Amino acid sequence: MNSRLHNLRKVLRTAPPTAWFGMTVIAVILLAGLFAPVVTPYGETEVVGAPGLPIGGDFLMGTDQIGRDVLTRVIFGARNTVGIAFLTTALAFTIGTVFGLLAAVLGGWIDQLLARIVDILMAIPPLIFALLILTITGTSVVNMVLVIAMLESTRVFRLTRAVGMNVGVLDFVEVAKLRGEGLWWIIRHEILPNIATPLAAEFGLRFCFVFLFISSLSFLGLGIQPPTADWGSMVRESATLISFGVPTPLVPAAAIALLTVSVNFVVDWFLHQASGLKE
Amino acid sequence: MSARDDQSAASDRDAPLLRMKDLRIEGRADEQWIEIVHGFDLELHRGEVLGLIGESGAGKSTIGLAALGYARDGCRLAGGEIWFDGVDLASASEETRRRLRGNRIAYVAQSAAAAFNPAHRLIDQYVEAPVYHGLMSENDAAEAAKDLYGQLHLPEPQTIGFRYPHQVSGGQLQRAMVAMAMAGRPDLIVFDEPTTALDVTTQIEVMAAIQDIVEQFGTAAIYVTHDLAVVAQMADRIMVMRDGYVVEQGPTRGMLAEPQEEYTRALLAVRQLRKEAEATAAGDTPIMRVDHVTAAYGKVPVLSDITFDVPRKRTVAVVGESGSGKSTAARVITGLLPPIEGSILYDGEALPANYRHRSRDQLRRIQMINQSPDTALNPKHHVRDVVGRPLSFYLGLQGAQREERIRELLSQIELEPDQYIDRLATELSGGQKQRICIARALAADPELIICDEVTSALDQLVGEGILRLLIRLQEELGLSYMFITHDLATVRAIADEVVVMKNGEIVESGPKDEIFTPPHHEYTELLLSSVPEMDPDWLRRLLDERGEQLRDRGI
Amino acid sequence: MAQIAKMLAQRLALGLLTLFAVSLIIFMAIELLPGDFTQAVLGQSATPETVAAFRKELGLDQPAYLRYFHWIGDILQGDLGRSFANQRPITELLGPRIYNTLFLAAYAAAIAVPVALAFGILAALYRNSIFDRAINVTAPDRDLLAGVPGGLHPDPDLRRPARLGAVDRRRVNAETGLFERLYILLLPAVTLTLVTMAHMMRMTRAAIINLMASPYIEMARLKGLGRYRIIVKHALPNALAPIINVVAINLAYLIVGVVVVEVVFTYPGLGQLLVDSVSKRDMPVVQISCLVFAVTYIVLNLLADIMSILSNPRLRHPR
Repeated sequence: MNSRLHNLRKVLRTAPPTAWFGMTVIAVILLAGLFAPVVTPYGETEVVGAPGLPIGGDFLMGTDQIGRDVLTRVIFGARNTVGIAFLTTALAFTIGTVFGLLAAVLGGWIDQLLARIVDILMAIPPLIFALLILTITGTSVVNMVLVIAMLESTRVFRLTRAVGMNVGVLDFVEVAKLRGEGLWWIIRHEILPNIATPLAAEFGLRFCFVFLFISSLSFLGLGIQPPTADWGSMVRESATLISFGVPTPLVPAAAIALLTVSVNFVVDWFLHQASGLKE
Repeated sequence: MSARDDQSAASDRDAPLLRMKDLRIEGRADEQWIEIVHGFDLELHRGEVLGLIGESGAGKSTIGLAALGYARDGCRLAGGEIWFDGVDLASASEETRRRLRGNRIAYVAQSAAAAFNPAHRLIDQYVEAPVYHGLMSENDAAEAAKDLYGQLHLPEPQTIGFRYPHQVSGGQLQRAMVAMAMAGRPDLIVFDEPTTALDVTTQIEVMAAIQDIVEQFGTAAIYVTHDLAVVAQMADRIMVMRDGYVVEQGPTRGMLAEPQEEYTRALLAVRQLRKEAEATAAGDTPIMRVDHVTAAYGKVPVLSDITFDVPRKRTVAVVGESGSGKSTAARVITGLLPPIEGSILYDGEALPANYRHRSRDQLRRIQMINQSPDTALNPKHHVRDVVGRPLSFYLGLQGAQREERIRELLSQIELEPDQYIDRLATELSGGQKQRICIARALAADPELIICDEVTSALDQLVGEGILRLLIRLQEELGLSYMFITHDLATVRAIADEVVVMKNGEIVESGPKDEIFTPPHHEYTELLLSSVPEMDPDWLRRLLDERGEQLRDRGI
Repeated sequence: MAQIAKMLAQRLALGLLTLFAVSLIIFMAIELLPGDFTQAVLGQSATPETVAAFRKELGLDQPAYLRYFHWIGDILQGDLGRSFANQRPITELLGPRIYNTLFLAAYAAAIAVPVALAFGILAALYRNSIFDRAINVTAPDRDLLAGVPGGLHPDPDLRRPARLGAVDRRRVNAETGLFERLYILLLPAVTLTLVTMAHMMRMTRAAIINLMASPYIEMARLKGLGRYRIIVKHALPNALAPIINVVAINLAYLIVGVVVVEVVFTYPGLGQLLVDSVSKRDMPVVQISCLVFAVTYIVLNLLADIMSILSNPRLRHPR
């Protein structure tokens, strides 16, 4: 264990500034989100002053269109948006990897059936598909999470199946099969350790997509509903302020951009590390 | 053309064509530059053929490319001089080097299939360099190409150039690449393992073509290879490389007759390993019988009506070229590819065709060692897990017992247990990996081990060590082997009985001594005679014997 | 040519099958609406008679597979049905909007594709140069750029012409001249371009770098060919398939990006119609809009695959 810690420290020391930036931002956002009620000066939906107060002054980041504290809402937004996005990604990953690995290892008609179903699901643009389904089910957070998780799991499935198959055709998997090992043992011991890296990177990227997906839906008014604080809908709601020269809508927008860029930076570095690419 | 003649005339006729002085080449590893060629010196005269020989990591290909003033990505020329006919390629501008490449210095790569651009026809790729360098017009070059194709014995020389690379067989493609290298009538050609990827019978054609064309045009050449017997046919002079240093150099005949260095002697002796074939006791039930097996991948037939036995405590070598179906036979035996007809009898009893239906004990008795140790070991597993898993899976060994047995097995395969038990597969060399694969097979306490080309991914000396180990283990443990190989030297080294396969059928089979003593079956004869021998006159003699018209054809 | 014809036929058949499956899914959407949706559409005051009449008009008294064939048959004949919300024929609603959306998408593609390909190829050729690094840092992924326009733009419900970038509906109609249209749409098109360009650039770069590492490129260099010739004669013919793929994926993404960007800029296109209809749960309009988007997406991917098959020399010149 000690050598692992040592390795980790060594790897961290070689991290480029972009990765450090990314990791710091993610840590701050996570901590702020986790301890939102503690660190925020006001309540999530509390009206604390006049609408559209500027940045600085009494309120660090001003107030929104009905006079709520923007900083408070951004921090609660971190909790809601990021939390929901994480949950959705985790769900998508569970579905996607389980089916992807099954398809990769079992092959045959199971693989063909799953792959064809996913092909068809992926033949519809995800946002369009989501809109179609949300029309049926009506807009609610639970529906949105389920719909997005289902759509994104198809992408996870594709990747897992592809990398799983790459590993699955290698001789050591054949050796394990010929030894008489069970399916689960092979997946757990032979395949998973070898595809953990691309899957971890994919989790980061997938999280970005899910997060933007949710923000887009919320921005379109079809995702997380007011008065819950959420970065996407905050942009939409406070947007009118921008024409009065108040830059508050830029705060949640910047937060969205900042988080996605940060995750990307970390994933890039991670992939670079793992692939052993030395340029 | 005239400028070139002037230049050649101006330079001293006696001066070497290529002279490398204190050449240092570095490779990038772990974020830093590490020297991989340490102060290499070389002189090559016009018309001379130099053989550069060594095992993997010797730096021979890197030097070959340096003769074109070229370093691969991740490598760089770090010091020294490369004088080619009055120009120092190491310090010359990229433009100067570019003008020489494909014009006065040409290159023949190991894999023609990868080195030809799939999007263009052969002849267009031939014509490209001479036209680009302004040596001749497109029509002249095309005519020259057809001539050369004819000289290299390519079929239909007038039209073969109008095919795309994937429409031509491997041996033909390699010859087409030799032709392409000759297109600018260069002074120097670098051959980088040009026959390594080919079957022995195809290798002969390419070797003959190269010898012929180099002699005819008086081209100087650097011939890079790991196979001393091949280079003996081609080179006037040989340099033996190891880990970026020159071990020994000298004229071919002299070196083969009287090698000075231990390492060279080892390389020379590598194909000499012989095991006395032991006769099979009559009436004994063979440990395994492949009984009238016919198999196919989908609709493509691969094996038709194959029958042979593996006697107890003996080694059966299954030999054949690529596409002969020898590896498919192994897949049928292990149950990965259930046959269409026939069955596998183990100890006289039929095994279930699909490995999924075999009992754990049936699986345990037949173990397999694969060709490529790199993919046969899970890179995330430690040696302890790799060797320990069969112990706990088949034999139920746990804790200290298991640990003790793992160490015992590591000692058996000649790896120091304390040093290796905690290593990852990725921290081992190729030969060590293959030894771990052997230990994993032994851990199951098997009776029959199927060895599928176990030495072909390894350097010759390392491969020989593996063969010796396998022979010793057989004697100690009374194992039976089925040995799949394309290499007749390996067959000679290890077999008691031989099965010769071609196109999914058995051509000939029997005790080793019988197979290796004339009269042979026609195909066995072809295979046997195609294996290069250390004798520098072997190729010429063979070609004369075969009555090839190569030499007779006037030019 | 038999092999290539067979592959093309297979791919086409698969495309048709996908189209069929997708149309089926979209059709089924209306089936899955909660049972009382007629009530919801007609409002609480609807009498049972009106509800029954409405159900009959929708054909809900017939079996599902018959309704599917009616539905798809009508669409193929150009009868797209009527909106739930205002009972207008969908054909009328859709016509100008499809044109607007296609115009915007084509406009963005016309900027994004050439620029991204050029930059991607340049970055690959001058790898590790300042230019390459700049491209990599500014373009971590399209996520970043998708996030920015998603955040930057104002409320679509306020129709104030002075607002940043918003497109005034009155100014974009059938009579708007081409140049005026291009001028008005510059900002939305640039936004869409940014969204797709970063990704396209990166993928192009990766594809070219991958290609430049292949042995036949090394061979070309060892033949002493100049940089330009290596790229044009040896790399490009083989780069076609990966580049076509990159472009197709991103054009498909563009189609989706259009939805968000249209809402952001209050541009009267198909995307905004779709979003509005989703809020109103105006199912027929949603269905048709989804169908249009999905068909475009599928056809683009199909075209890309067909072009990659055609650009593969191994398939074009069989043994």
